[in-house]
Amino acid sequence: MRVRGWACALWLAILLCAPAEGEVVPHGFVQAGYAARITGAALPSGGGDFLVGEERLQLSLSGAIPAGAGGFSAKVDFFHDAVTGKTGLEIRETYLDLGGGKIGARVGRQIITWGTGDLLFINDVFPKDWTALFTGRPLEYLKIGSDALKVSAQVGAVGLEAIAVPFFEPDRLPSAERFFFFDPFPEVTHRTSEEPRSDLGNTELALKVSGLLSGWDLALYADRGYYRTPSMVPDSTAVPPSLSLRYPRRNVYGVSGRGAALGGVVSLEAGYYDSREDRSGTDPLLPNSQALFLAGYQRQLSADFTVGLQYYGERTLRYDRYLSSLPPGFPKQAKLRQLVTARLTRLLKYQTWKLSLFGYWSPTDEDFYLIPEVWHSLADGVWVSAGANVFGGRSETSFFGQLDKNDNVYLNLRYEF
Amino acid sequence: MRTIRFVAAALIAVSVVAGGEVRAQGTQSPPAEEIMRRVQQAFYYAGQDLTAKVGMRLVDKTGRERRRTLSMLRLNAKEGHNQKYYMYFHAPADVRGTAFLVWKYPDKDDDRWLFIPAIKLVTRIAARDNQSSFVGSDFTYEDVSGRDLGADAHKLLREEAMAGRDCYVVESNPKAAAAFSRKVSWIDKTSFLPVKEEYYDVQNDLSRVFTADEVNEIKGHPTAVRRTMKNLKSGHYTEVVFENVDYDAGLEEGLFSERSLQTPPARWIQ
Repeated sequence: MRVRGWACALWLAILLCAPAEGEVVPHGFVQAGYAARITGAALPSGGGDFLVGEERLQLSLSGAIPAGAGGFSAKVDFFHDAVTGKTGLEIRETYLDLGGGKIGARVGRQIITWGTGDLLFINDVFPKDWTALFTGRPLEYLKIGSDALKVSAQVGAVGLEAIAVPFFEPDRLPSAERFFFFDPFPEVTHRTSEEPRSDLGNTELALKVSGLLSGWDLALYADRGYYRTPSMVPDSTAVPPSLSLRYPRRNVYGVSGRGAALGGVVSLEAGYYDSREDRSGTDPLLPNSQALFLAGYQRQLSADFTVGLQYYGERTLRYDRYLSSLPPGFPKQAKLRQLVTARLTRLLKYQTWKLSLFGYWSPTDEDFYLIPEVWHSLADGVWVSAGANVFGGRSETSFFGQLDKNDNVYLNLRYEF
Repeated sequence: MRTIRFVAAALIAVSVVAGGEVRAQGTQSPPAEEIMRRVQQAFYYAGQDLTAKVGMRLVDKTGRERRRTLSMLRLNAKEGHNQKYYMYFHAPADVRGTAFLVWKYPDKDDDRWLFIPAIKLVTRIAARDNQSSFVGSDFTYEDVSGRDLGADAHKLLREEAMAGRDCYVVESNPKAAAAFSRKVSWIDKTSFLPVKEEYYDVQNDLSRVFTADEVNEIKGHPTAVRRTMKNLKSGHYTEVVFENVDYDAGLEEGLFSERSLQTPPARWIQ
């Protein structure tokens, strides 16, 4: 019955795709992706080496709404996950565009990307799938759609984006079924997720004001929403002991600038995370407020060879209170957590080959994460990518260090039509 | 400045109209710099704005073919030589919806933005090296949007017929290190479009050859609607066809903005 349901949906989609009016042409891709752990370590949960084994069909339709009223776009993925044996459907994006010109609205599930970082995010507060990154899935899968209303306006040289997201979407993080990671409460197996309820009052609101000044892209950001990574709040009075995964309220205020300088592109970004449920910094289970900043520099060293460098800092505020309330045995975050990243990209053979290396290294956490990749276009619309995700660190509790046993290699093949 | 340019243009116009007869009597041809200035005007700056649908065929030595289709919009600044380009890719499927914005300045590095539709990302790209291949073709960024005239020393070698056209033959030598050591151009005396260009590498071997294969006059502007760049070393070549070319369509400044990257201007990218 379940399979038949998907078959019907697929059939319907194809029917809708038929370009009867000659206006709407179906596009999409067929993709196979695999990732396997190469450390040989056996998961306590019983999971095997494969982190990803999936076949995926994306159907994409987009076009104009008659009479110049706007447009629409829908991207729907049908997939089979061979690791779990599950078959499913994922609405990547489905939205309507109304208006346009000076003012317009985009309503529906949509991917929103803000900020200037390269795999570092300060003001891009929108949902992300970190497992996609850690398993080498194509980069677009790092981003998850938001079910949102976005109003865009252009007032002279100033662009405005106002976004309302009534439905909370958490980040997707590695799960114990497939990944090794640090868990501060390994003995508590009864866990409940407490996502913010879809109430009007809980609606996330985000605003971006942007403009171009002397060749520099400048932007101001504000967001009233939630942390998308849960805080673990144990309830020791419950029998058996239980743990709730909570998403504390957070406001974000930020600024960014990007422009041509020093023979390349320079980007600067900063943000302030106001942890609204722990402003005093005394609750050890909730995040403290933080000041974050990054500086990036990208430069073309020669034809088809580009280098990008970034420095990122994350300063925990009320650090003394954080230290004094931190339960014994818990890993301690540095007052100023720092990260450096580098990206090398080399295109070869009329850009049909791309060799790239992306690396994170944290001098404060003493951990790293490397992503070497080879990408090759076999023909127009057909490509294959193969690479590795390599994690390491001095401690098994730091951000990348905890993933040490998950080193994996991956392979993706895609035909786009 | 403007007056000087006008006078120079008028002088050239006179010499062109006067034709071979004057030269036969020993009158000098226009200086090479002036010829190349006219080439730049005719080839990269024609009209106040340009719209076109561009088809590219990338063919390797075994005959394997890849294709690119894009809409191109170009707007000249009202004063000076700054230009803005907007390109929207229709094909192949894996780059469909990708849009590219360039603000070009003759005297400093371009500003370039790229929109990646799958993640709705507008990013800035470093633009130091204009010798990089444009979308994997045999054309470089510089070939697409023009090379700074002052970057080369130009010399008029001779005058001769090429592909049935009376041409000036001009040699250009880069003043600083470049991807080519010299370029020889056959310039149509009437249209001031290059009929053929030969690029020599640092070993002084012929490395790339450009040919304008078909020239049509559109709104009074001779336009190379079919052109080829062949790489003699790799045997790879790229043929570019300009369709639906229009000049002075009234493109507005606002089209060349981040907004057009995020939301392509449907009216202009058919």
